[in-house]
Amino acid sequence: MSEAQATAPVVQLRGVGKTFALGDDSTVALNDINLDIDRGEFVSLIGPSGCGKSTLLRTIGDLIEPSEGTVQVNAKTAKRARLDREYGMVFQAPVLFDWRTVEENVQLPLELFGQNRAARTQRAVEMLELVGLSDFARHHPYQLSGGMQQRVAIARALAFSPDLLLMDEPFGALDEMTRERMNSELLAIWERTGITVVFVTHSIPEAVFLSSRVAVMSARPGRITHLIEVDLERPRGLATRESPRYFELITTVREALRTGEGRADDMSTSTERTAAEGGIG
Amino acid sequence: MSLVGRVAIFVGFVAIILVLWEGAKVVGGDPWRVDGEVVWDPPLKFSFASDVNLPHVWEVWAAMIAPLNAGTTESLGAYLFWQALYTWREAAIGFALGAAIGVALAVAFVHFGFFERAVSPYVIASQTIPIVALAPMIVFFVGQTMTSVVIIATYLSFFPVTIAMLRGLRSPDPRALELMRSYAASRRAVLWKLRLPASLPYLFTALKITATASIVGAIVGEGPGGIRYGLGRAILFFSQQYTIAPEKLWSAILVTAALGVIFFGIVRLAELFALRRWPEGFAA
Repeated sequence: MSEAQATAPVVQLRGVGKTFALGDDSTVALNDINLDIDRGEFVSLIGPSGCGKSTLLRTIGDLIEPSEGTVQVNAKTAKRARLDREYGMVFQAPVLFDWRTVEENVQLPLELFGQNRAARTQRAVEMLELVGLSDFARHHPYQLSGGMQQRVAIARALAFSPDLLLMDEPFGALDEMTRERMNSELLAIWERTGITVVFVTHSIPEAVFLSSRVAVMSARPGRITHLIEVDLERPRGLATRESPRYFELITTVREALRTGEGRADDMSTSTERTAAEGGIG
Repeated sequence: MSLVGRVAIFVGFVAIILVLWEGAKVVGGDPWRVDGEVVWDPPLKFSFASDVNLPHVWEVWAAMIAPLNAGTTESLGAYLFWQALYTWREAAIGFALGAAIGVALAVAFVHFGFFERAVSPYVIASQTIPIVALAPMIVFFVGQTMTSVVIIATYLSFFPVTIAMLRGLRSPDPRALELMRSYAASRRAVLWKLRLPASLPYLFTALKITATASIVGAIVGEGPGGIRYGLGRAILFFSQQYTIAPEKLWSAILVTAALGVIFFGIVRLAELFALRRWPEGFAA
């Protein structure tokens, strides 16, 4: 990797806004979002329901077009970056194809990109090893637990070695114990691959445990109110979760969320609020 | 369930039907005769259980193995078997064409919204026109050939496939479509890798309906189609003889029903094969 590439932000958001039209009404989902995410960072977007964090993630992936502002990924427009397959996406649901085996699911993007069978098979073996599912390559998704399915989704997202991993509440549907284990596994993968991660969550401990920075968002209109550096030592593990600094940071994020919400309530009108709750997840 | 178990259930159920059938005739049928002598006079009289409305099982069986006409060696059963094969050929071609048209229409509807808005009202309207009104017109246009029967069978086949495929092609989770978009997948790739595989369970549900509908279409079409073969012709012919030989029409009906069950079974086997990799319950 050249020095110029290494220093350019992987994600650059400038004055990003998104307004959804609902009949005669319109809802401001995002307002004046500015954020630079550097290579190798792990940034969480945290905020209450309806704050537009998933919408923001989707504008980075060019799954939603912003109404205002610019989104750049690897110094390209978001659309160009999507067409160049610069990022992998993981959703809250694993979104695996039941008719494919686990290894065939991991190979899906490689198939679409026209890789030959030998290369695909090789890569799927590596990826399943990375997420610890080598023994389940020939299984079908419905034969796996929820946590295992999500690991397959991560393997699929990483299969084509994208620079950026976009994750939309990937562990939100898992039980607490599985979620903590998945957090540690994700960090191990992040450290091994050096990939940049943007991670949407509404779990404060999860955001603090994983991130190098936490972007705290508030609703109506959705915007970033605080950017919190997480200076916990790495590698992080069980000891991290029991350290005083971890609890301090959790408190910091919680208070940032509370003040953000307070301000939002002062500013928003009641019509905006109901529309936002209906429209944006 | 084991194959032996399935066969046992089938045989057991056939036995129950036969017992009910003859039981009705014991209680309320016409007098039972052996060589002209009345051996049993049922206490009640049910009109549905008379010898014309409900011939004895063994009379149907005897008619099946008896020669079709005096002076021929071919039995009624053999004759009906060959007519069923003829009708099945018409139905199978109509089934295949109907399925192809149904899938093509659904794919076009999903990809071109204007096409769906423009064409779907006619597709729906076409299904409200009774086939008895349409069949003579088709025969008039195409002529009294097997082609017209195939067209009628096709006409009765394509609609369920269109509706089910439309549902199936639209069944993927919105996030699955977002995932494909994140890969910058082409519309063709989305169709082949996601929409079509996802619609297979829906397709087979429709094909099972279509298997029987195509046979009905072929049989109904053979009359106005002026076809001299097939179960439709046999049913028309034997219905004219019903009062003197009801067992012949009953034989034709039983063979028709068997044909429907067999065609359905073939589609069912294809479904089990096609959906062998799906979770249990999808191939149900």
